Amino acid sequence: MATNEAVDQHTLPPNPEKATLEGRNKYLGFWFFLGGETVLFASLFGTYLGLRNSTAGGPGGADLFHLDLVFIMTMILLTSSLTSVFAIINMRRNNYKGLLMWMWATVLLGLTFLGFEVYEFYEYYHQGLGFTTSAFASSFYTLVGTHGAHVTFGVLWIITLLVRYRKTGLTLTNAPKFYTAVLYWHFIDVVWVFIFTVVYLLGIGG
Amino acid sequence: MSTHLDPSAPLQGSASKATERKLKQEARTQVVSYVFMIFITSTAFLTIATDIIPSSFGIPFILLLAGVQVVMQLYFFMHMKDKGTGWVNAMIWSGMFVAAITVATLMLLLGINKY
Repeated sequence: MATNEAVDQHTLPPNPEKATLEGRNKYLGFWFFLGGETVLFASLFGTYLGLRNSTAGGPGGADLFHLDLVFIMTMILLTSSLTSVFAIINMRRNNYKGLLMWMWATVLLGLTFLGFEVYEFYEYYHQGLGFTTSAFASSFYTLVGTHGAHVTFGVLWIITLLVRYRKTGLTLTNAPKFYTAVLYWHFIDVVWVFIFTVVYLLGIGG
Repeated sequence: MSTHLDPSAPLQGSASKATERKLKQEARTQVVSYVFMIFITSTAFLTIATDIIPSSFGIPFILLLAGVQVVMQLYFFMHMKDKGTGWVNAMIWSGMFVAAITVATLMLLLGINKY
């Protein structure tokens, strides 16, 4: 079998993340998980869309949102998706240093994004939007906050991998781990596309 | 056939010439799709930031742009365009299908607030 041969010889297979059965299972299982995550976010989006005009006299989206800030955050997250794509391309070349470097770049962009989000929430809070101010406030903070929690988790996950495997080189054990972490990161970006469109752009223009 | 398998041993060697060629092309494709996504995103922001397009048309327009961008992200960045991703496609589109129903239902339950 071609797969076992690759394992025996310790040579680089074209798709190291799927060269072992464990790797293939991780890959497929992770997509099942992402299918479920899609539904989780859908319920939060649905709630937000139903409640977004229920501001109960408090500030609403159009009073609070700043397009320039959201634009910068979007660009940062999009770019971090590209850096993680480069990480995987380097993984397939067995350029381990390149893989680690691009993953660190992804982490850095993720942290920058989180910094902006913390600033944003802080700013809204001081403009009178507490979590319990209105139905709009709770659904907004829950939706965007859940996304932010995913970003935080993704950053911690990638840092853990980078520290744990900083010296081992690329192996058939860690290749699927890096690959699934990158898939997760892209998923975060996919969710953000809907957040900037449905929450911010509709909040200002709709 | 040797039975000694150690998946934690570092992999030796580098990509074959054919793989290397594919990866080079892959990198190019990814950069192009990234630039295109930046373009789509900027268009969506400009649609809302300026009053060039009336909002009755602007809102479906930016929702369409978001849809295009998500499909690109899934198929290019997340490699769903590659071979052997039948189950992956099935799972994620099932998720999307249930998600669409969930969004519609919640909006109806809570009272539609115009989109």
